[in-house]
Amino acid sequence: MTKNSAVAGEDFPSTPARRISSYLYQNAKVRLRLLIAAPVFWLGLVYIAALLMLLITAFWTVDEFTGNTKVVWNFENVLSLFTDPLYRNVTFRTIGIALAVTVVDVLLALPIAFFMSKVAGPKLRNVLAISVLLPLWASYLVKAYAWRSVLSNTGVLEWLLKPLGLETPGYSLFGAAITLGYMWLPYVILPIYGGLEKVPNNLLEASSDLGAKTFATIRKVIFPIILPSIIAGSIFAFSLTLGDYITINIVGGPNQMLGNLIYTNVGTANNLPMAAALALIPIGIMFAYLGAVKRTGALNNL
Amino acid sequence: MRINRTATISLGIISSFVLAIVYLPLFIVLINSFNKSMNMDWPPPGFTITWWEKAFGSGGLIAALSTSIVIALCASAIALILGTLLAIALSRYKFFGKESVGLMVILPIALPGIVTGLALNNAFRTVLGMQLSMATVIVAHATFCIVTVYNNVLARLSRTNKNLEDASADLGAGVFTTFRLVTLPQIGSALIAGGLLAFALSFDEIIVTTFTAGSGVETLPIWIMNNMFRPGKAPVVDVVAVTTVIISVVPLYFANRLTREEK
Repeated sequence: MTKNSAVAGEDFPSTPARRISSYLYQNAKVRLRLLIAAPVFWLGLVYIAALLMLLITAFWTVDEFTGNTKVVWNFENVLSLFTDPLYRNVTFRTIGIALAVTVVDVLLALPIAFFMSKVAGPKLRNVLAISVLLPLWASYLVKAYAWRSVLSNTGVLEWLLKPLGLETPGYSLFGAAITLGYMWLPYVILPIYGGLEKVPNNLLEASSDLGAKTFATIRKVIFPIILPSIIAGSIFAFSLTLGDYITINIVGGPNQMLGNLIYTNVGTANNLPMAAALALIPIGIMFAYLGAVKRTGALNNL
Repeated sequence: MRINRTATISLGIISSFVLAIVYLPLFIVLINSFNKSMNMDWPPPGFTITWWEKAFGSGGLIAALSTSIVIALCASAIALILGTLLAIALSRYKFFGKESVGLMVILPIALPGIVTGLALNNAFRTVLGMQLSMATVIVAHATFCIVTVYNNVLARLSRTNKNLEDASADLGAGVFTTFRLVTLPQIGSALIAGGLLAFALSFDEIIVTTFTAGSGVETLPIWIMNNMFRPGKAPVVDVVAVTTVIISVVPLYFANRLTREEK
């Protein structure tokens, strides 16, 4: 019996596997359901349900005697986000650092991405693309640690700056901001580079043939086209900074960011509802940001 | 737009300067792993291979390395299966809620890691009443690794021709045979690339890991974290850092080559 006989049905013995196969072949809907059942079950149950539970936990209470979380409704945690000056200060500080890091990264990424896509030849472009990509996959922790040695009082930065009469910023908020900006830079360069690749060169030539100066071309032709890519890059830099607590521990000295408060509440303070309430801040900011930029098409560039 | 010489040169200078800064700290870690000074002093007073010998003679370190590898392998395996199923469903079928499913798969990397970690920690401990363990880390890692496999397979499927699958069915192959003989060979290298990226992602992860690991579970990043602030440990941490970079960059290199060949 040949396996690929053109006559379906008759000369095949009806094994269970073949019955299932022909049933599936005839029922596209069943096929689709079987395909998406496992992944949707996993993402829905493990992830989306966990996120929703987190939102709810923010309104629960910690049992003072057992230290366990119990279902007693309580709005104090969420209210304290607005009233407690510590939470307010740390929130504004975190947003400030996230904004600064994002803006600096975009400003640094633009010329590099432009050089890669519009100035460099194909060979150099490939080398540059790989050089930008590789550090992305070097461990986040290793990069933070690397800056710990660079910024140290006996480190390379001090050694470089001393002859100029300057000194290393050391382990401080500024040091943390440099390190964070360093870590997310490739995440910002890559989408902007991808966006610039989509700008056809003859469009730029047309603009200059019509008399536009370089700056006018950049502002009126290139910028509107790559704006969604810039936003996509900014989502990474902003979101990653907003939730960070490790970099600030390693190079930030005694300063705290939102992530530290969340971490302490899970660990030493053992107050999951408060941690959940604090986590609402980055979640809220990110959803607002994602919602605001959705119409620009930036999310398709992620 | 004509780019004049001055602009070209200054763009080139800016780019090389920034790239130099990108690589400088990593080179410093490499050099510090041979630095005679225990406090990362610069310039190094001398060089030694003591730290490398110490690192690989340390039992805790080898245990952490194998924990990381086991977790990364399990998480990538789960991500490979779920990511592939999802990519096939979204590229070959139209259905209600397709966009939501697409959003659901990117959410674990679009939200800050601390949110993912805390949500899972809360779900495991408070909601399900479970003890954190190695299995909870694997579940968490698999969740954010799905997207790397999904992206790779989806990109490949959108470039391959669905007619081949239809032709296979017309010639009498069942759905499983078609998958094995027609679809799988076409997406094979995308699966390897996605799997390698998932492995590297899981291998390096620290934030979600911290929130979902049981007390006895020490991955390599957690080992680094625990030892970073201990006096006298800095040089050994340098060695481990260099090793981690090598272990995660090598798969990336192969993944990159695999996805580039077909273009």
